Amino acid sequence: MSEPIIEVRGLVNRFGAQVVHDGLDMTVVDGEVFGIVGGSGSGKSVLLRTILGLHRPQAGSVKLYGRDLTNLTESELRSVKGRYGVTFQAGALFTSLTVLQNVQLPMLEHLQMSPLALDELAMLKVRMVGLPADAARKYPAQLSGGMIKRAALARALALDPRLLFLDEPTSGLDPISAAAFDDLVLKLQQQLKLTVVMITHDLDTIFRVCNRVGVIVDRTMVTDSLQGIVSHPHPWIAEYFHGQRAGRFAAAAGS
Amino acid sequence: MQQFYEEQRNGAQLTLRLAGRWCATEVGAIEPQLARLDTRGLQHIRVSTWDLTELDISGAWLLWRLARDVRAAGTALDFVDGEPEQLGLIERSLTDTAQAPLMNPAQHHEEYLGEDTFAAVGRRAVRAWHAVLNGLGFVGQLSLMLGRALRTPKRWRPTSIARHVYDTGVTAIPIVALIGFLIAVIVAYMGAQQLRKFGADIFVVDLVTVGMLREMGVLLTAIIVAGRSGSAFAAEIGAMKLNEEVDALHATGVDPIEVLVLPRMLGLMIALPLLTVVADGVGLAGGALLCRFLLAMPFVQYIERMDEAIGSFTFWAGIVKAPVFAILIATAGAFRGLQVRSSSRELGRLTTVAVVQAIFLVILFDALFAVLFMELDI
Repeated sequence: MSEPIIEVRGLVNRFGAQVVHDGLDMTVVDGEVFGIVGGSGSGKSVLLRTILGLHRPQAGSVKLYGRDLTNLTESELRSVKGRYGVTFQAGALFTSLTVLQNVQLPMLEHLQMSPLALDELAMLKVRMVGLPADAARKYPAQLSGGMIKRAALARALALDPRLLFLDEPTSGLDPISAAAFDDLVLKLQQQLKLTVVMITHDLDTIFRVCNRVGVIVDRTMVTDSLQGIVSHPHPWIAEYFHGQRAGRFAAAAGS
Repeated sequence: MQQFYEEQRNGAQLTLRLAGRWCATEVGAIEPQLARLDTRGLQHIRVSTWDLTELDISGAWLLWRLARDVRAAGTALDFVDGEPEQLGLIERSLTDTAQAPLMNPAQHHEEYLGEDTFAAVGRRAVRAWHAVLNGLGFVGQLSLMLGRALRTPKRWRPTSIARHVYDTGVTAIPIVALIGFLIAVIVAYMGAQQLRKFGADIFVVDLVTVGMLREMGVLLTAIIVAGRSGSAFAAEIGAMKLNEEVDALHATGVDPIEVLVLPRMLGLMIALPLLTVVADGVGLAGGALLCRFLLAMPFVQYIERMDEAIGSFTFWAGIVKAPVFAILIATAGAFRGLQVRSSSRELGRLTTVAVVQAIFLVILFDALFAVLFMELDI
């Protein structure tokens, strides 16, 4: 196994009396696609926000590239934030900027380059996620759901990160667009040698893209390979992968 | 400074030995170095990537651009250790669909630059006309809805109205009281300075009383409320619009004007007159204090004179304007809020427009009232 990119140990997150995570461990190694699964309200988004350094946990350590996020200063945290890309659930594109400007924003913030290079590199990112050139000049409100997801991915790739976080990348897409997005993520992951961490509910995406899956149950995480997790005895996990909506996948994974 | 490549020239052949990290964070440093590279008169460029410690898409793009430019100038370029695979990825990404080539960077400004002035004037005129029609349409819709709501008391939504009375009225009391007090003091002070020259000190009371009750109290309260609540209406409704909450209301068969606009308007129509009374009261008290300490006028004398100065209509001539101003403020805020579409910048712009228009309308209608009262001889 190669060195871990993300290492979460004994994570505790509490909101008032409500304990969301209690001693949660999670490890992501270089080059894998790690899927995070969990019921609604199980703390997937809180976990993501903790790993991104947007939320400080009550206890435990979160190491990104070997550096503990929980005791970094603001400026150190800022430099770590330049080393990963994120897409949020609803895209979170800046609505007052065009797609191209959205991609350029992190580049302007973290990099120095000529205006020409800025334009052309941002355009390259837009094209890499499979958007046509004229989409670059459009505002988010003028794009379809699938295009917004792609534009958000282009923005996440703006700084050429090695690590990519995707929060429900295929939610709200029709099955064909979702499958195309899965293929895109897989293609980029292989060609750019990315490490991808994604939160998803989409079983198609899990089986198509992920190498390993972490399931948040009982405030901790159960991690296993795709094959292993499908046959895990925990009742919620069994229900998740073998319930009514999942029957066909379990059969496929078992064969 | 770190060198990102070494050149070895051999006649018309150049060997470039790339070194270091060719990645996004270094693009700014690599670019000027590449710009200095003289490729004129060369026949063949050989690029060695052996010493590269890192190459990402941004770095590869610099190489790709170099290769493109050099090859376009008729010079051969090849890679000694094989072409980095990122270059192929870039090439495919930029050519995979039959779309337009790389956008000209100058092109994404001024789309309408080519349009002639005549068409631009026409477009603006049509747009302005539509804006007028939209505004009138909204006022009409609102009046219809108000008429319908007043006939069926069930639609009054007292809880919602109470909340807006609280938000726009009760919480505004401190600031309205403070401003009312200060303005009365300023008016009394300025008046005292002038009137004292003529020994007409006592008329300061008339000035403060009539000025506050008829004009200042209600006007200032309306302007403060326009800034506080007009903007809040526009921002609240605008944010709901962005979240598609307004569409959700429509889809549930609930009229957004009825649940969002009417309670705000009715609430403000209750709150603004009450706030005006607060401003009036505090203003008169402020005047009394100033007269007591600046002009040494006893409170009893102030109150006696005040009683004489206030006519039967003085108070009502001010207070009657408050509900009208409330309608103007609520209409401007809600109308602009409902116009928000698609972006957070729109939200900010329209909130600003709402406040500016609310204040403008309040002052305009105050002037109309002044003319009306003069004609009616009140």
